[in-house]
Amino acid sequence: MDRERRNHLIRLFAAIAIVYGLVAVLEFTLRPTSIVFTVLRKGAIYSLVAVSMNLLNGFTGLFSLGQAGFMLLGAYTYAILTMPTSVKESERVYKYYDALVRFDTGVVVGLIAAGLVAALFAFLIGLPVLRLKSDYLAIATLGFAEIIRAVCQWDVLGPITNGANLLREFKDLSRITLPFSDIPFPPTLFVFIVVGICILLIVLLINSTYGRAFKAIRDDETAAEAMGINLFRHKELSFVISSFFAGVSGALLAMFQYTVQAQQFRTVLTYEILLIVVIGGIGSISGSCIASFLYIALSEWWLRGLDMGTFLGIHAPDLFRSGFRRLVFSVIIMVIVLFFSRGIMGDKELSFERMRSWVSGRIRRKEGAR
Amino acid sequence: MFEIKGLSVNYGGIEAVRDISLSVPEGAIVTLIGANGAGKSTTLRTIAGLVKPRAGKIEFMGEDITGKDPAYIVGKGITLVPEGRRIFPDLTVLENLKIGAYLRQDSIEEDIEWVYSLFPRLRERSWQYGGTLSGGEQQMLAVGRALMSKPKLMMMDEPSLGLAPLVVKDIFSIIEKINKEGVTILLIEQNANMALKIADIGYVMETGQITLSGKGSDLISDEGVRKAYLGG
Repeated sequence: MDRERRNHLIRLFAAIAIVYGLVAVLEFTLRPTSIVFTVLRKGAIYSLVAVSMNLLNGFTGLFSLGQAGFMLLGAYTYAILTMPTSVKESERVYKYYDALVRFDTGVVVGLIAAGLVAALFAFLIGLPVLRLKSDYLAIATLGFAEIIRAVCQWDVLGPITNGANLLREFKDLSRITLPFSDIPFPPTLFVFIVVGICILLIVLLINSTYGRAFKAIRDDETAAEAMGINLFRHKELSFVISSFFAGVSGALLAMFQYTVQAQQFRTVLTYEILLIVVIGGIGSISGSCIASFLYIALSEWWLRGLDMGTFLGIHAPDLFRSGFRRLVFSVIIMVIVLFFSRGIMGDKELSFERMRSWVSGRIRRKEGAR
Repeated sequence: MFEIKGLSVNYGGIEAVRDISLSVPEGAIVTLIGANGAGKSTTLRTIAGLVKPRAGKIEFMGEDITGKDPAYIVGKGITLVPEGRRIFPDLTVLENLKIGAYLRQDSIEEDIEWVYSLFPRLRERSWQYGGTLSGGEQQMLAVGRALMSKPKLMMMDEPSLGLAPLVVKDIFSIIEKINKEGVTILLIEQNANMALKIADIGYVMETGQITLSGKGSDLISDEGVRKAYLGG
């Protein structure tokens, strides 16, 4: 058993290393403006927030829809903290307000702070809200996200959030450097490293005693309570940790988009994430990752022609015009939900054993058909 | 070892338990029998801390544990095998057992071995999901999971519910075995015949009150009990 486990881990880390190697190679060979990078970066960022939502919805059984709100908190925290003081003092960004925060921090501090601020808000909101069940929890968290978005654009907070105006010129993906030098950090690799570390932490949590307790609560609250698991404390813990990583992913999204504005964090964003979680499989980490890359690749890349006049070599500008992509996309999602009602992965994880048995099953079926 | 004095509980808007008193001596098997809705389950749920009592006192090893949190009560050594088993279907058998030991800080390897030796079937199914087990195996798992908290007092809510007669027999012989290894047992059952046969002391509950108590063997031959619960 132990040897098998060790081999399993070695293969897993080898696969991860290959992925990171590939990203690095792409980074040095492809044009930096290539669509591949958009898909990889955004896909990775969405993976992180989808996994964080899955921790809550899939592993603890709490149906929360506050993701966009926590991402917004993370994005603003990161942008405000890492914007150089000189920019804050000039009128380039804070045109109508005097910036209140007159210091700046590095990227890592900014990212951690983004998570911590989101986590702090989650803790406070969790105190009343986590006593609610299922649908009510979803409604309350959804409402919170909307409130946060409105408050962020409030004039009175202008000196901090710049009101409804953009925040920019903070340390976005084009401005990050290797530590203690001016050499630019390969941006896609940076996103992958941060997301990789975060997802690794979440996986470790899920496989710990806490993770087991979360799953027990999801399966049967009463039985979990009878085993001595403190329901409220564990729900709060899961909520705070999930929000921490949502905050970090919000900060990454800000880095990716180069600008931050409250309008970017509407409820639609939460629904996108929810869609990814459902398509990937509720309770599957690898499912969430696969689904988020697929989702981003489809919506940003593969289906683009549907909006631009030419798709798969067919030129039909009357049919393939702005908006058609959304229609096709919705149909694809319906098909996925109908035929993979438990998501791509169900609640299982991707593993070599599973892939091997899937492939050999295929071959056997083909031979049987002959 | 364990005492309930004048316990009353309101549950779901009605007075489900009214002023009951019972005691469980150390090392005994005590059973609480009665019809559906007599308040047996509510009594156990109150002892486990899942429901707060309206009045009365619950004492365990000389300590007042009335109205304490479930976690505290499990920590003190009282554990509940809930009605309908309620194992965790999407956790493996081993994970289910580990959840049972959730509050323990010490090493649990030995106890996992102990549970596996009591229920060899669980060892074979160790990596299977709880939800894929048969009814009898799930009941074994529920008992095993409860044992993982190293209880001094194990409360069982209708362990025979929905199980084939042969399996029920197995479960009851396991209960006796666990009792011989030093775990005190408080058992509630509708299968009064089986329960009274292995019990040292029995209580009969009707509409929230205890109407009769005595040695298990005495109750089994009691005319009233025979008529009401044992089918003549």
